[in-house]
Amino acid sequence: MTREVLSGNYAQSYAVRLARAQVVSAYPITPQTTIVEKLAEFVATGALKAQFVEVESEHSALQVVVSAAGLGARTYTATSSQGLLLMHELMHWASGMRAPVVMGVVNRAVAPPWNIGADHTDTISQRDTGWIQLYPESNQEVLDTVLEAYRLCEMEDVRLPAMVTEDAFYLSHTYEPVDVPAAELVDRFLPPREAHAVLVPGRANRLGSFTGPDHYVEFRHELARATAAVPRRLLEVEEEYRRLTGRAYGGALPTYRTEGADAVLVTMGTIGTTARTVVDELRAEGRKVGLAKLRVFRPFPEEELRHLAGEVDRLGVVDRAYTFGAAGPAATEVRAAIYPSPHRPLVADFLAGVGGRDVTPAHVRRMFDELLGAPTAETRWVDLAPEEVGAHG
Amino acid sequence: MAKLTIPAQELMYRGHAACPGCGPALAMRLLLKGLGPRTILSIPACCWTVIATPFPTTALGVAVLDNPIEATGASISGLRAAADALGLDDVTVVGFAGDGGTADIGLQALSGMLERRTNALFVMYDNEGYMNTGIQRSGATPRGAWTTTTPVEGGRHGKREAKKEIMGIVLAHHPAYAATVNPAFPEDFVRKAEKARDVRGPRFLHVFAPCPPGWKFSSEETIALGRLATESGLFPLYEVEDGVYRLTRKGGSLKPVDEYVRRQGRFRHWSPEEIRELGDEVRARWEALLRLERETAPARAAATPVLAPAPA
Repeated sequence: MTREVLSGNYAQSYAVRLARAQVVSAYPITPQTTIVEKLAEFVATGALKAQFVEVESEHSALQVVVSAAGLGARTYTATSSQGLLLMHELMHWASGMRAPVVMGVVNRAVAPPWNIGADHTDTISQRDTGWIQLYPESNQEVLDTVLEAYRLCEMEDVRLPAMVTEDAFYLSHTYEPVDVPAAELVDRFLPPREAHAVLVPGRANRLGSFTGPDHYVEFRHELARATAAVPRRLLEVEEEYRRLTGRAYGGALPTYRTEGADAVLVTMGTIGTTARTVVDELRAEGRKVGLAKLRVFRPFPEEELRHLAGEVDRLGVVDRAYTFGAAGPAATEVRAAIYPSPHRPLVADFLAGVGGRDVTPAHVRRMFDELLGAPTAETRWVDLAPEEVGAHG
Repeated sequence: MAKLTIPAQELMYRGHAACPGCGPALAMRLLLKGLGPRTILSIPACCWTVIATPFPTTALGVAVLDNPIEATGASISGLRAAADALGLDDVTVVGFAGDGGTADIGLQALSGMLERRTNALFVMYDNEGYMNTGIQRSGATPRGAWTTTTPVEGGRHGKREAKKEIMGIVLAHHPAYAATVNPAFPEDFVRKAEKARDVRGPRFLHVFAPCPPGWKFSSEETIALGRLATESGLFPLYEVEDGVYRLTRKGGSLKPVDEYVRRQGRFRHWSPEEIRELGDEVRARWEALLRLERETAPARAAATPVLAPAPA
């Protein structure tokens, strides 16, 4: 193990090197670029023995790694925002072909207007594509999660693609000390990919194919079954990783000081770090609040949320994306997940931090205040400038 | 009688789902004879998605990966990269796409693959339209042709614009090898497929692929029509290797284009004047090709001594 000072983006690059990815392909987009710049350097110096395919679009980048994975290679790509949206058709191909591609996505706002700040609209808009979605909140967690993602995705009963996200700039361009595990250790955790159901040259076989209603349903069901295997497999992978490195992150919905809480805030990505300090402050003031982190958005941690719902009366969900005509996407899914519970807490929805707007401890404190006061079901737009409302239409 | 040079091995099986007289089906059969069993095909949405038959059957004796219609160039770059990473050095990676999936929606990915010099073969089977979706116009549909989206009624007289010249686009990328092939000339086809298998670097084949239902001709006339296309100069057979043009079939003077046009329902509305115009156009293109062949011919053993470099 070495301790390095790495940006979130470099944490991805170092993890991909440790994972010994064999085919890497990417197209530049801010703020993803430094991930692949570092990988290009690793490949050039021989630190990573991979084919680095320079492509003319994100769409082609994802096709390159989907096809490469189809032949049995371990692959990686990375993108952001518009690039991810351009990949949309290929997102379905990756999961449908059961290609265990790992992709770094630096969460960035979607245009117009152009904006490169942190925002979850890009990845949330891909939630129905059959990808596993993981949302770390520190650079250490980014590195560890990329390695865990490879292990998880390549399991025979999973064989699904996964994205490991980073909040733009808060993680992608912020440097933190990161423990980089030794290569031998990672090799034990992540041996070379075992090729299950890949294309075999020299004989009649087809990956992709086409089919009518007589088989299509079963193909879709296989995909659903694979996704259903993820929660249990993720816990196993985390436990293996913990045994080797001593680090673990508490599964799909880690909680913090939720015992006896009157109100719990549910966050994704880096807002969790800010919220945790506020929880400590409020607890010190004698207010009973806690935090739950949606570390995995797909598959959605329904069971964990139902468990949490049984312990608390008020949940506040912080969304960094908005579904127009509905509500914050995480809030909507939390509500759906807890609906079958015998005890249904009130769920408030806070829209915060979109387009890179800072979410400060003061904002989080106000969310808790509102949650403990008289919360409404309507989405609350945090830090909205009242004088600007209606001025940009 | 000349000895047949076409390999006996069949890598396309009976029971495929092509229409009778399908040019793309003949193209695949001959292509695989030339390329052999260690071929990996990447096939986008096109007629061949269906011709290869649905899951769990296949009409092809080689490995096939499906990809979306616009991404074949990227797909073969990915397959090549994986083959190299996994040490599968003996495989031939091939994209096999229709004219839409190559020259229209697939053009960006094709350009990318050629530019980054992927060591793979891209084959465009040109049936001059979106035939799998029911005969719609593509960029490769010839001027004046009827399709369902370029009707011959009201003020319309078929497609208004000229056929997109894919070979010119491909050659601007300086591929290692590019050639035109026609299933009506199987020896030439297979020889070029074998060459395309053995050359390293980006390679391209433009296949003439008549479509009986799309072009409106009798399914038993596919080969006859193919012969006419080449013999009249409409689809000349040539190859370009490292920039050097070589016509692989010259054979005397060009036949008039009339019969080629008259045999197809998609040109039924044409006037004699339009046929004459096409003839002029074809002859001009043919002359240009002959000129390119002369101009790019490698200099014969230096008759005139070249200047020796000055001694250092």
